Amino acid sequence: MAVFGSLATKLQETFRKLRGKGKLSESDINEAMREIRLALLEADVNFKVVKGFISAVKERALGVEVLESLTPGQQVVKIVNDELVALLGSTESKIKIAPKPPTVIMLCGLQGAGKTTTVGKLGLYFKGQGRRPLLAACDLQRPAAIKQLQVVGDSIGLPVFAKSVDSTPLAVAKEGLAQAKQNGNDILIVDTAGRLHIDENLMDELRQMKAALNPDEILLVVDAMTGQDAVNVAQSFHESLDITGLIMTKLDGDARGGAALSVKSVTGCPIKFVGMGEKSDALEVFYPERMASRILGMGDMLTLIEKAQSAYDEKQTKAMEERLMKAEFTLEDFYEQMQGMKKMGSMQDLINMLPGVGVNKALKNATIDETLMKKTEAIIQSMTPQERRSNSILNGSRKKRIAAGSGTTVQDINKLLKQFEQTKKMMKQLGGMAKGKKGNLNLPGGFPGF
Amino acid sequence: MGLFDRLKSGLGKTRGGFYGKIGNLLTGRRIDEDLFDELEEALIEADMGIATAMALMDALRERVASEKIKNSEALKEALAKEIEKILVKGENPLTVAEGVLTVLLVTGVNGVGKTTTIGKLAARYKNAGKKVILCAADTFRAAAAEQLTLWAERTGVDIVKHGEGADPGAVVFDGIQAAKSRKADILLIDTAGRLQNKSNLMAELGKIKRILNRELPATPVEALLVLDASTGQNAISQAHAFAEIVDLTGIILTKIDGTAKGGIIVGIIDEMALPVYFIGVGEGVEDLQDFNAASFGAALFATEEQNDSKEA
Repeated sequence: MAVFGSLATKLQETFRKLRGKGKLSESDINEAMREIRLALLEADVNFKVVKGFISAVKERALGVEVLESLTPGQQVVKIVNDELVALLGSTESKIKIAPKPPTVIMLCGLQGAGKTTTVGKLGLYFKGQGRRPLLAACDLQRPAAIKQLQVVGDSIGLPVFAKSVDSTPLAVAKEGLAQAKQNGNDILIVDTAGRLHIDENLMDELRQMKAALNPDEILLVVDAMTGQDAVNVAQSFHESLDITGLIMTKLDGDARGGAALSVKSVTGCPIKFVGMGEKSDALEVFYPERMASRILGMGDMLTLIEKAQSAYDEKQTKAMEERLMKAEFTLEDFYEQMQGMKKMGSMQDLINMLPGVGVNKALKNATIDETLMKKTEAIIQSMTPQERRSNSILNGSRKKRIAAGSGTTVQDINKLLKQFEQTKKMMKQLGGMAKGKKGNLNLPGGFPGF
Repeated sequence: MGLFDRLKSGLGKTRGGFYGKIGNLLTGRRIDEDLFDELEEALIEADMGIATAMALMDALRERVASEKIKNSEALKEALAKEIEKILVKGENPLTVAEGVLTVLLVTGVNGVGKTTTIGKLAARYKNAGKKVILCAADTFRAAAAEQLTLWAERTGVDIVKHGEGADPGAVVFDGIQAAKSRKADILLIDTAGRLQNKSNLMAELGKIKRILNRELPATPVEALLVLDASTGQNAISQAHAFAEIVDLTGIILTKIDGTAKGGIIVGIIDEMALPVYFIGVGEGVEDLQDFNAASFGAALFATEEQNDSKEA
């Protein structure tokens, strides 16, 4: 995990340098792309896929106007992430159900990818939908593979069709299909032996099974830990069998899972499910957003970007910025900012989402007093519009009234006013510094008062 | 097919991809930055990882400068030497003492080929005239004990097992007692596959190791990590995590007969100085070879045509 950590830090450093610019320049992007490339390679995305991806993103990012609510660095990450999510596909876990049952689903893959376990998971998934799956044990290669499927079937209460190891996978498949029809099973899930994609004989065996079964879905099971070779495996299986979908297994591990991007880009097939554990119910729908942020390894920085983006109205931010520059910042603005932040979730959540906080103990342990924020809110709400716009008119009797209205004390109000004045002063200094440069103040990085 | 041919054909496929590619890259090329970039990519494609690839390229650049390497043939040799320099550190065959018990504790994540490897090891030691006992401590995966039992039958060795869901520590304890009373030479312990980030499962493995240390204080225990050659950068995390829990003494690299390059092993050898005891080159019982840095290294630079003829 240390590797990931340092990578996220590196990205942050790169992005810090990119701060305060209006448009993304070529050199900004190149610098960021170097880090993104490393991140993707470290995540085991195939280097050719990385190359294609980077050049596509570069093209898209060049000259893009930086959104008011984002830093240029965040903007680059956002573009990278958007492209990555688009490439990874949709949350498409639908299995094509045959108009005339049984629906036949055939699983294939390398040895040890997790096919047999996944057969059980899929069976349970369909059982949960009120269907009646039959599992067919066509792995006659690995010792005790049949027994394994039978044990799995027993544990989830599903029938398993099996013959002896002296039979052939093709015969088991055919008879399994016949039995499904006879017994009224509406789904047939076929387990196959793990095989190398370069083993012509065994690949031919799968082709024959495909011809005999005419499956509605042929799903390639891919280990999330697979390295660069994932593209060769996926391509070979796809060329031989015209697979219809992918299942990524072992995503409950700590592999970054770049293989998902590799196999998706060479086959174009949707990733339908992900395996999240050894238990039979540990099968989940695929979420491209989660996968993208996992591959990029940037913590929840992406979530933060999304939130910052949606919570902030651009124009509002622009107007605020101008007033900040002129030091016309009032309690009213302060209040608006607070509301904007509230839309983004609790302060503690926000802080935890910032990448790098993981390593910064002081920040991590800083508990943000949410009740203090509520108090501040109440005080401002108890003010008249005039008072909010110019707090200098607040005298003793006004303060007393506000305290009574907000359920606070005059001391609380004084404290808030003092804090506000300090913030304003700080903002003025910042504004002075930023004046020389064109561009924004990098909200939400610079919330006043926090 | 003889042993050597098997190794060749297993490695041949590997070479056909990356190793052959390097050979092609380096034939009659001018030495320039483009070539270095392409070489680096080839190393990354072999799953060597960026850090290792960059370090190798740096070393290569230095050699080019200091040895005034001008042609691509010499460059090829220099890179081969750099890689072999690392691989050689992993060349240290597993030796089993005569007349005393040796325990082989086989660990790894799910689906890397632990049970199959144990079957091959059982055959190997049985053929060498050793008394072998298998211990089925994978009590989690459905039918794992059955799978191991079939291997025991196939190779004609004893097996100690409990029912599914039993405490693996108890199975190991019984395995130890059986090995002692039957005066076995080799106790081969199969463990459940576990992802290295599952702390409770890793703790269970730690318990097995403690039982071994307690019951067999004077007995050599080889704690082996089985790595799948098609694994990417996560293999490094696996090696570190398992080393921490069971104090790894060696690695077995499986599935090298595919197109995966297993390049991740270079970085692991370099960083952790662990020997690679065996490589798995197929599903057959005889498809377990000693790791040989020289042939691995030399094989790196066979050209595509040579591979084709070897594979044919």
